[in-house]
Amino acid sequence: MRPTVGVVVFPGSNCDRDADYSFEYLGADTKFLWHLETDLDGIDVIVLPGGFAYGDYLRTGAMAAYSPVMDSVRRFAAAGKPVIGICNGFQVLCEAGLLPGALRRNSGLRFRCMPVRIRVETLESPFTSGGMWPGQVLTIPIAHFDGSYYAGDETLEELLAERRIAFRYCDAEGELTPESNPNGSRLHIAGILNPERNVLGMMPHPERAVDPAVGGTDGRLILNSLLYSLQPAET
Amino acid sequence: MTPETATEPPLHRSLGLTDDEYSRIQEILGRAPNHAELAMYSVMWSEHCSYKSSRSHLKDLPSDGPHVLIGPGEGAGVIQVDGIAVAMRIESHNHPSFVEPVQGAATGIGGVVRDVVSMGARPMALLDSLRFGPLPGDTGADRTADRNRWLTGGVVSGISSYGNCIGVPTVGGEIKFESSYSGNPLVNVMCVGVVPVDRIMLARAPGPGNAVLLLGSTTGRDGIGGVSVLASAAFDEEAGTKRPSVQVGDPFTEKLLIEGSLSLIEKGLVVGIQDLGGAGLCCATSESAAKAGTGMTIDLDEVPLREKGMEPFEILTSESQERMLVIMKPELVQDAIDECTRLGLRASVIGEVTDSGRLTVTRGGEVVADVPAASLGDGPLYHRPYTAPTGPRVIRTPAPDPVTAPDEALLKLVASANIASKRWVWEQYDYQVMLNTVAGPGPDAAILRLPGTQTRIAVTVDGNGRYGEIDPREGARHSVAEAYRNLSTVGAEPVAVTNCMNFGNPEIPEVMWQFVEAVQGMGEACRVLETPITGGNVSFYNQTLDDAIYPTPMIGMIGIVAPGSIAPPIGFQNEEDIIVLLGRTKDELGASEYQRTILGALEGPLPELDLNAEATLGWLMRELISRDLLNSAHDCSEGGIGVALAEMAAQGRWGAQIRTEPGRDLIPWLFSETTARVVVAVGPGDLAELKDLAKGIGTPVAELGVVKGKLLSIRGMADIKTAVIKEAYEQGFPRSMGEIEE
Repeated sequence: MRPTVGVVVFPGSNCDRDADYSFEYLGADTKFLWHLETDLDGIDVIVLPGGFAYGDYLRTGAMAAYSPVMDSVRRFAAAGKPVIGICNGFQVLCEAGLLPGALRRNSGLRFRCMPVRIRVETLESPFTSGGMWPGQVLTIPIAHFDGSYYAGDETLEELLAERRIAFRYCDAEGELTPESNPNGSRLHIAGILNPERNVLGMMPHPERAVDPAVGGTDGRLILNSLLYSLQPAET
Repeated sequence: MTPETATEPPLHRSLGLTDDEYSRIQEILGRAPNHAELAMYSVMWSEHCSYKSSRSHLKDLPSDGPHVLIGPGEGAGVIQVDGIAVAMRIESHNHPSFVEPVQGAATGIGGVVRDVVSMGARPMALLDSLRFGPLPGDTGADRTADRNRWLTGGVVSGISSYGNCIGVPTVGGEIKFESSYSGNPLVNVMCVGVVPVDRIMLARAPGPGNAVLLLGSTTGRDGIGGVSVLASAAFDEEAGTKRPSVQVGDPFTEKLLIEGSLSLIEKGLVVGIQDLGGAGLCCATSESAAKAGTGMTIDLDEVPLREKGMEPFEILTSESQERMLVIMKPELVQDAIDECTRLGLRASVIGEVTDSGRLTVTRGGEVVADVPAASLGDGPLYHRPYTAPTGPRVIRTPAPDPVTAPDEALLKLVASANIASKRWVWEQYDYQVMLNTVAGPGPDAAILRLPGTQTRIAVTVDGNGRYGEIDPREGARHSVAEAYRNLSTVGAEPVAVTNCMNFGNPEIPEVMWQFVEAVQGMGEACRVLETPITGGNVSFYNQTLDDAIYPTPMIGMIGIVAPGSIAPPIGFQNEEDIIVLLGRTKDELGASEYQRTILGALEGPLPELDLNAEATLGWLMRELISRDLLNSAHDCSEGGIGVALAEMAAQGRWGAQIRTEPGRDLIPWLFSETTARVVVAVGPGDLAELKDLAKGIGTPVAELGVVKGKLLSIRGMADIKTAVIKEAYEQGFPRSMGEIEE
């Protein structure tokens, strides 16, 4: 089955074309969904891409969370279908209440664009189940000003207990050294899952590490895993 | 005579018009201008808009070439690469950035991006060329050092916040620090865009009866007279009072404006489009009408305003950002407004194209301005007197701590703000968005894939004010050669240039002389290297009180990478690779970084520049790279061989063992900035082929040594650990910015 990936476009999204390019590169069909769209029929995956929805003027992701498309995305997620929010999309998912916690200003108080290393923390999700091993270190770029993951102790304990941390910033050997945390995220969190494990939010950009001509291929592991999870089981 | 209508002669002077210019306006109109008309002429005839001092010198520049589609005179130059049109443009935003660095730099990006969009092109890359006074701790740092640091941080932050938000990657650029920029920093922004050849748009308002639409932001009082108050006069001690003339940027609206403009063009709704930049509505309307030989009526009641009580002259000359003027057939207006509404972009019909040849502006049904449209753009032309200064230039900054040991000098240079890694800067820029960045900031030139193709172009921007101060003609030639060499070092064939000429007050004959010399030098170099000039920007009045900046032409250059050519990295990759210098090293320390940072001086003579040797070396580099013979390559310029080798060690995995030329003094050999040189590393098995190719074309080859170990070991100099070089190179700049606690 050739899955159809719906790429949501908010006013101010700017990684929508990149997500479209990378999913097509991997063989999926794609469709742009302007933020006023509410009909998600025929869509198998929802991507909330990076960028600066509404300029991030009020607070990152705050206004986008109230776009008409988000009610449909909530229903889509509630039906168990996969949703991935990347960078600004992660911020939108937190603001929309689909994921716990918030993304705060980077600890260095500067925008950072650079390749970082992240460690795969769980295989129990459509985004990480195919072709990865636990503890595997991936190299994926970040590009954000507000990427410091914050949640209260109780939430963090819950995330740990339910193994809902998908990725953590680490060094080349997979160690959680202070220098390897690019933004001051609590517990080095780079990406988390919802309790049902079908919604992933992550600050690094897997769609930027798909085409080797413009930077790495480790992002393919995440996106391919997701596409593979949509295939019907062989009987 | 005393005009009866609204104005006393002193008003025109306070608006920056001379008495002669005022008389000419009266002749054109056959009457005295009213206040609104006077304001319109004042901004349109400003140096910034009219190029009145520079025009006569720019007309002889080479602008034709096999790749050039659109040369100077439009929103951006356009070249053709493998059937795709590539638009290129540089704009300065020097004065606004000095007054308010964050907004000044941000709106500089907004402006040049709209220039590219106005050609119908999607912006795909930004590069910035920045100049500030010395940072604390640097040679030449004085009481301005803390402010220079504040300006640097602010400009970087403005570029970061605006460029990242609009989703256009910042892929390269350069930053340098010289005392001459303490009173007048330079912020030059280059934008590159792409468009299908058949969809190139021009700033024309043809077809009487066509509708005139204004897209984007509301019009407010920000930036009124920006071009005349800020950009066309030198600063005095009260620069801060000019803050209201700086515009404020809104990158979110810019993003909507990019998408909206390109969508209307793609749908075939647009017959002409022009951005609103300097001189605002007045400029966009009069220029697009004049270029099409038409006229225009504008109803100010239809212009969405940001605040109440704005006078006609304010609405006409406001430089509120993020606005675009679009000309379209009346029957398509509703489609356009529907599309803009869908995107959340404001669009208003504000007027109509006429055949009158006049720009007629009404408000409340009454005519508030009525002038021949072409007369606004047809400003005065000045042949300003120019004279060469007498005597050689020698500048000495407060004496730095004496450093004599070559290893200490090398480390000091590597850690200096001019040479150290600018990672601190470019990590704040999203250099990847759009997924076309094959090589971003850091290498000698950025490499971009043209969207939807496998074609790659290389882009660089270079300027050298120190050389310009010693000899403006030679300095301009050097800057062109440096850009050419940077592109060649990544395997690209340079094909076109855009430029930004930054100079002091042209009313001073010695400054005007610098400009004339630089234009001629640039033209000559571009002719020899076959890189036609597709357009440019002139920024005069870069001076505070009596101190003009060093004459600083910035050269933006684009090259085409041959299919299959992969640029080698800068850093040393393999132990036992042979390190080779292509080119010959002379004793040429004049105006060098060594002279600047170690000796605290600026004096000539400049290194000799043989453009034919540069062309030959360029060919050789492209050939070596396309044959995949090079494991590392780095342009050898600022800081000479010493800095080139140190950077190759800092960015690579190994050190090197280097022997020097017998009978040569070490310091000049290490730090001379002799031109036409590149340092490369090749596998031992490929050395013979490299030598054959070099010999065949007549480029000298010198074996410098071998890649080895974890030391940079140069005969006659104390060894330096590569880890120490790396630390100096990577931490030097954050330290200069005060980011590292000592």
